[in-house]
Amino acid sequence: MLNIRLVSLVRKEFIQIWRDPRTLVLILVIPVMQLFLLGYAATNDVRNMPLAVLDQDRSPQARQLLDAYRAADYFRIAYDVDREADLRTLMDQGKARAGLIIPPGYGRQISEGGPAQVAFILDGSDPTVAATSLSAAQLIGQSLATGVMAETLARRGQPGSLQLPLDVRTQVWYNPDLISAHFMIPGVIGMILFAITSILTATAIVRERERGTIEQLIVTPIRSWELIVGKLLPYIILALLNTLEVIAIGAWWFKVPVRGDLGMIILLSGLFAATGLGIGLLASTFANTQQEAMLTVWMTLLPSIFLSGFFFPLEAMPPVLQWLSYLMPLRYYLVIIRALLLKGVSVAALQQEIIALAVFGAGIMLIAALRFHKRLD
Amino acid sequence: MNNGGGKPGDVILTQGLTRLFGDFVAVDRLSFRVQAGEVVGYLGPNGSGKTTTIRMLLGLLRPSAGQGQVLGFDIVRQSELIRQRVGYMSQKFALYHDLTVRENLQFYAGVYGVADRQRIESVLELVGLREQANLMASELSVGWRQRLALGTAVVHQPQLLFLDEPTSGVDPLARRAFWDLIYELVAGGVTALVTTHYMDEAEYCGRVGIMNRGRLLAYDTPAELKRSVLEGPAWDLTVEPIMDGLHLLEQSGLGLRISLAGDHLRVISPGEVTEQQLSDLIANSTLQLIRLERVAPSLEDVFLTLAEKQ
Repeated sequence: MLNIRLVSLVRKEFIQIWRDPRTLVLILVIPVMQLFLLGYAATNDVRNMPLAVLDQDRSPQARQLLDAYRAADYFRIAYDVDREADLRTLMDQGKARAGLIIPPGYGRQISEGGPAQVAFILDGSDPTVAATSLSAAQLIGQSLATGVMAETLARRGQPGSLQLPLDVRTQVWYNPDLISAHFMIPGVIGMILFAITSILTATAIVRERERGTIEQLIVTPIRSWELIVGKLLPYIILALLNTLEVIAIGAWWFKVPVRGDLGMIILLSGLFAATGLGIGLLASTFANTQQEAMLTVWMTLLPSIFLSGFFFPLEAMPPVLQWLSYLMPLRYYLVIIRALLLKGVSVAALQQEIIALAVFGAGIMLIAALRFHKRLD
Repeated sequence: MNNGGGKPGDVILTQGLTRLFGDFVAVDRLSFRVQAGEVVGYLGPNGSGKTTTIRMLLGLLRPSAGQGQVLGFDIVRQSELIRQRVGYMSQKFALYHDLTVRENLQFYAGVYGVADRQRIESVLELVGLREQANLMASELSVGWRQRLALGTAVVHQPQLLFLDEPTSGVDPLARRAFWDLIYELVAGGVTALVTTHYMDEAEYCGRVGIMNRGRLLAYDTPAELKRSVLEGPAWDLTVEPIMDGLHLLEQSGLGLRISLAGDHLRVISPGEVTEQQLSDLIANSTLQLIRLERVAPSLEDVFLTLAEKQ
């Protein structure tokens, strides 16, 4: 049987959302904005780093080295300077992020077979970027050195390929090109689901308290569960639409693979959205104004984002923070959504995370529902 | 109608109903009854406990002590049964400003489980908002908002109406029209409990309860209240200079209750003082008597007398 009380409540909520431009922007535009911002800006990829070169040798060997740097697209030779002071200025100004100094006599040392040295200077302000650049610079240098050595040996009459004693063949799975966006976008989905559900639910309920309409609703025969479900259902639906929106744009624009079952992704996203709704509902029972509700939700949102493995790897955190991260529902959802999108694993592999989410969702909802009773005192 | 207890015909019945907020006694041992078809006015200044009383009767607040029944149902244990059968209009006119007049009514009708679409049209007709049906609630004047709030409170055809300060902030003409509307509903068999701090409005009610600082000081018809509370007649007295007149009467030892009322004094006698005594008193002073007129006492006189005794 159709529940007319519930239908009326959901219908009313949708009319209100539709007529409130701020909410509409929050729902439709912000997720896309975040997706593009984080997809592009929050990237740890090293590409086209501006490099300043001080070549004091000007030999063919030096040109060979520069060609090797040019060939790999990690660096872009942006400046050719004559004095060390100029290189320093460029680095200080941040115009160059790395510097390469080829000392005089480099070409001669190479041709004599002796060890030649070049200096590579890195801007270490951003440790992640610096680390990637450092290994890139070393790799380029080593591969050139191997080539040079083979040439030298050949010239000395020891033809044949040079064989290094150890060769580690690395293989990267799931995101073989190590594109940050592929890692970030599942995180964006999680963050959006959590933020939209918790913030909108809390403010939607508190707005009724501010206007005094909640008192009017309480004196109607509507049941507590109908009031809760009627308030939450519209935001669950919106959050799932957002999930589809972000996945669609992620797949189409950022070429994020969607390897798992879409139905399962929606189902588990709904489960995660329930925890966000529960937190919003809970916050609404503490807050008297929309600002208070916003602040309360933000207090849970920030630790969720930082302690979920969204930006920073959990493995590198001190043990206390790692334990705390187990209290963040977003942590489990990130594992699930990354696995479903990028790895296409079966649900069986995610059992633990799904159970954890279900327990959190049910627990938060229960506490919120117990606090949300149809009385004023 | 299910009558759990009390006499048939008792729509509201309370005994020793009390509500504390910390140390503050908002409602103090309230006992009263309302019968079917009555219009009961609940008169008192802001903060005298009127709203708290209504909230307890609706089950929004739990009583600290005492008990009550509404439509035969216990206010603590059976509040859901009460809520289906009563209408409530709160002080704040709880409307959704981003919904139209009709959408507000449709929403409350749905929440009360009213499926009949025709009902919404007849409520629009009743409260006189047919032409405003498609306006946003935010675009309505206060008077129209008040009528819409009444419409949302009666959309499910309740037997009993709680109207909490329904006319505050509304101009006198709209107030008068609103009371006509209340009487129209009562003629249709509804019982109404109306709180107000406008003394003149209380005159429209069948019975009036006077509340001050959480206590129900008196509860009767307006005429009976004036007869029983005020022992003597009331006069309007105009003298020059007016403040000297006030002091003279206060120090006369006659036990008069005197208050300033615009350009004249309102004098209420304790009973045995006559008009002659009053005019003699002024004639024997340096004051100039301009007018001394016996007037009908108002509920304001009743309220002030009761509040002073308390």
